[in-house]
Amino acid sequence: MSETRGQAHDHPKGQWPLYEIFVRSKRGLNHVHVGSLRAADDRMALTHARDLYTRRNEGVSLWAVRSEHIVASTPDEKDPFFEPSGDKVYRHPTFYDIPADVPHI
Amino acid sequence: MPSSASSSPGDTAAAPPREPDLQAHFDRTIARDQRVEPRDWMPEGYRRTLIRQIAQHAHSEIIGMQPEGAWITRAPSLRRKAILFAKVQDEAGHGLYLYSAAETLGADRDDLTDRLIEGRQKYSSIFNYPTPTFADVGVIGWFVDGAAICNQVPLCRSSYGPYARAMVRVCKEESFHQRQGYELLRTMMTGTQAQRDMVQDAVDRWWWPSLMMFGPPDDDSPNSAQSMAWRIKRHSNDELRQKFVDMTVPQAEKLGVTLPDPELKWNEERGHHDFGTPDFSELMRVIKGDGPCNAERMARRRTAHEEGAWVREAAAAHAAKQARREEKERAA
Repeated sequence: MSETRGQAHDHPKGQWPLYEIFVRSKRGLNHVHVGSLRAADDRMALTHARDLYTRRNEGVSLWAVRSEHIVASTPDEKDPFFEPSGDKVYRHPTFYDIPADVPHI
Repeated sequence: MPSSASSSPGDTAAAPPREPDLQAHFDRTIARDQRVEPRDWMPEGYRRTLIRQIAQHAHSEIIGMQPEGAWITRAPSLRRKAILFAKVQDEAGHGLYLYSAAETLGADRDDLTDRLIEGRQKYSSIFNYPTPTFADVGVIGWFVDGAAICNQVPLCRSSYGPYARAMVRVCKEESFHQRQGYELLRTMMTGTQAQRDMVQDAVDRWWWPSLMMFGPPDDDSPNSAQSMAWRIKRHSNDELRQKFVDMTVPQAEKLGVTLPDPELKWNEERGHHDFGTPDFSELMRVIKGDGPCNAERMARRRTAHEEGAWVREAAAAHAAKQARREEKERAA
């Protein structure tokens, strides 16, 4: 999920920490990741996120998360990590044979 | 499941993948027209090319605030001032989306700023031309943002995910930029003869530099072929230039202005307009620093950065103080 390369940030002089920004575009929808920005603190992250990512009514709610706090799977282990769901076709409705004339199923 | 998400799945991972395998996986991703994402393995050349292109694009947006920003205090009405404000604010936003995208490749934000300010990285040559009249604001919207749209729409399908996604956002906003420019010019064209002359003068000055925005001709564009193979770029410079000309000619007719190119005419056989060759030696000169406003643009950017230093430092100091206070309260 994170757009960052996941290295720890020690902040050299003046370099503000990186935040990942999530926007709920309207009630009833999930917050969706839209990008990142740098801000000195949480409050600035929210106001900058408002100015940067919702200048045209794109959102009704914002999350700002310090990038370094995001835990992510890594691409290298993609195959083994997601492998458990690869061979379980019986988790899908199409696995089951139902005669065509049975209604509502 | 969530509880195990952070444990090291390394237990199940075999030996680290070898470079030829990684390269093969990358090549397959590109061949299938899938997107490369930040933490994927990618060839160093691909990473370097993208960082350079995205950074130059970001710098262009930031420097691009200046030619029009100069007119904010002098806009002829509150309506035009509000529009111009919104537009210049968008350019800043575009710069920030792009710097973020560059950071996903491992670029350092401060380093990118330094590279711009020290002249070690370029920005689009177009922003080194002056804006002496208000008609320039309209022509920039129409030509420069129109050309940017031609360039950027295909970049929405660029192979690097964060760049492509930033471009989707940028393109939505550019459409407003182009339309406000054209509407501004239409308004001036219904005004006095002096206002119509002003529009024609701006068109005459901006037409050729706008065509140069697409870069050197294809047979003189050394990096293009590789960028197209990597699907960073989707169309060649000359293809995009042609598209821009074909798009703009009918708009110019509707507006009632003349594009300053005696060779410009419809070619029935090709189904495109023929047009003259821009003076690419001028493009090279301006890129190398010898345009009408290069020094002014750089000086302005440098001053803004230096004058903002105390604000950035104060914000960082305030954040550090708040963090210490919260820590103390938690400990108490």
